Amino acid sequence: MNRFGLILSKTYMQKLKSKSFLITTILFALAIVVGTNFQSIAGLFNSDEGDEEKWEVVVHDENGAVASALEQQIVFVNEQISITPSEEAPSDLEEQVEEGEYDALLTVMLLESGKLEATYFSDSLTSDQYSSDLQIAMQTIQSNLAASELNLSADELATLNMPVAFNHESFTDGAKSAEELDEARGLVYILIFVIYMSVLIYSMMIATEVATEKSSRVMEILVSSVPPIQQIFAKILGVGLLGLTQLALWAAVGFASIQLSSDSFEGGIYSLFDFSGNSVGTIVYGIIFFLLGYFLFAALAAFLGSLVSRTEDLQQMLMPVNLLIVAGAMLAFFGLANPEGTLITITSYIPFFSPLVMFTRVGMLNLPMWEPLLAIGLTLLTIFIIGWFGAKVYRGGVLMYGNSSSFKDLKKALILSKKEK
Amino acid sequence: MTLTIDQVTKKFGAHTAVNQLSLTIPEKTMFGFLGANGAGKTTTFRMMLGLIDASAGAITWNGEKIGYHNSSQVGYLPEERGLYPKMKVKEQVVYLARLRGMDRKKAETELEYWLKRFNVPEYENKRVEELSKGNQQKIQFIAAILHKPELIILDEPFSGLDPVNVELLKDAVRDIQRQGATIIFSSHRMEHVEELCESLCIIHKGSPVLHGKLKEIKRSFGKKNLLIDSEMDLSYLSSFKGVVKIKERVEGVTLQIENEEISQAILEDIQGKGFIRRFSLEEPSLNDIFIEKAGASFE
Repeated sequence: MNRFGLILSKTYMQKLKSKSFLITTILFALAIVVGTNFQSIAGLFNSDEGDEEKWEVVVHDENGAVASALEQQIVFVNEQISITPSEEAPSDLEEQVEEGEYDALLTVMLLESGKLEATYFSDSLTSDQYSSDLQIAMQTIQSNLAASELNLSADELATLNMPVAFNHESFTDGAKSAEELDEARGLVYILIFVIYMSVLIYSMMIATEVATEKSSRVMEILVSSVPPIQQIFAKILGVGLLGLTQLALWAAVGFASIQLSSDSFEGGIYSLFDFSGNSVGTIVYGIIFFLLGYFLFAALAAFLGSLVSRTEDLQQMLMPVNLLIVAGAMLAFFGLANPEGTLITITSYIPFFSPLVMFTRVGMLNLPMWEPLLAIGLTLLTIFIIGWFGAKVYRGGVLMYGNSSSFKDLKKALILSKKEK
Repeated sequence: MTLTIDQVTKKFGAHTAVNQLSLTIPEKTMFGFLGANGAGKTTTFRMMLGLIDASAGAITWNGEKIGYHNSSQVGYLPEERGLYPKMKVKEQVVYLARLRGMDRKKAETELEYWLKRFNVPEYENKRVEELSKGNQQKIQFIAAILHKPELIILDEPFSGLDPVNVELLKDAVRDIQRQGATIIFSSHRMEHVEELCESLCIIHKGSPVLHGKLKEIKRSFGKKNLLIDSEMDLSYLSSFKGVVKIKERVEGVTLQIENEEISQAILEDIQGKGFIRRFSLEEPSLNDIFIEKAGASFE
């Protein structure tokens, strides 16, 4: 095996076998399984005691008709609410609610104008949903009462209650429909998060690796055996493969878990993962931009790592890089809400932000092909420039030991590695 | 297969680390590279290895520059010791040997041999950080020579080792040289250099001050050491003609004299003045030569 392959496989295998890698991989895989099965798991806890968990509302009604109508109507709105009509005085009922016999009290009055007036008493903060559900049910009852006053037929009543057909469409062909956007947003959101986290973590891993080799002084042997540029790229590729392995593993776990659980449940977060043409495109772009972002920041981290003498100084040195990644992520999340904004459009071509921001745009909008290609090209160019420059710095940097970890060292490292003559 | 250093100069900005250094190191010899701290030894080694480029001049091994294309023929023990602390000895040494072009199987057998030779076969599967400093150094030495290089550069190979291990390492170095390798090493311990090297070079502040075969250097130095053990007070000899230096010891004095003849004059002078237990004329030690040439304080 040549030296490049040796370093690559050593980096990959050593990290793969490390405890920290195994633990994070397994923990995150578990989190994915829990996350994708959340509904089933929550269901386990709820289904047994479902009946007892009902929200008991005692209804005081002057003429009694409304309470029984409500009892029938509420079933359509929220099954969890149980209605108990009562003749007792409202003040007595109020006491009973306070004592915990009922969860809430509703007093209903039918005014002469045909208007229903209700007052809802509850001391629970979680009952907002219930009160609005009750309101919806009451609204229907009032409509029905009014309809029967007017002697409307069943058909006429149906016409009255007909829902509006409300479609949201955009002028331009390129734009995705609101429905598509919502679908895209979920997937893009998750992928942005994955790209952001993995670029941050894996580039940190590279920098730590380089700094460790330097602080343990094994670097001098390495650098006398293998050219720095080969070392940098072998390491970056090794950790990159490790990252892909990890992500592929998680994706497989997630996909399998969704497949298994979606038999029993429909809707929920699964509607976000409709693996149609659009999603596949988004995922492919996600992988491309993950790789670009990773290589860009890993190359940057590798040569910055070569400038520090102690691993303790690494954090400080990497701060600007981390800020760039975080800024990119902020822009991307901002772009989710407003993918057509000028700021987003401009920053999507800036190499350090492209991987996240251009990905957001590509995922959210139907861009002409040249736009992502341009961003990919620019980022690739930047990667090569950083790689080339980084290798120069690296060559001198790894031989340099000192206390400071400032950018002044950059110059020193360049001088040290200068090709003379 | 000679290593030629031709008019090499290295400047770091305004500071000149190595100045006009010219050396020829014949093949299959053991060459001592001496110099005070900061004299430019490590810089010269790094230039030999092609890690940094010379500002002027050229270093060639066997007619060509040392670089990554022939790194399999070169072994290097850096002054700053370093191995992966978390890696096991075997994994690590085999990995480093493979980076220098050695076959895995061969590296494993060789490692076994060397660990046995250094009396530490049980370290094979230990992590480096678990070993003592001296033992780490043995491992580091093994890593430098495992791939059977033709040119071996050892930067302070004996520092930090106990006398037993120094002997082990010296024997190993001698064996490797006998098998045909060219070995260059730097050391602060003059007695190691005297014992091992046929030829040597002393550099001072980046410039070579002495270069040649050990015997010739000693002969041409001229000055001799005179040891006198006696009860009487010999401190007056410091003003004796031809005495360069006088150093008092518990048993007597050690004089540095300009040439052999002076010793006879001194002998005549002190005869009859008291009881003389010992009177011996000795070759100057490399330590004396070094102190004179490289000047100032040392060790």
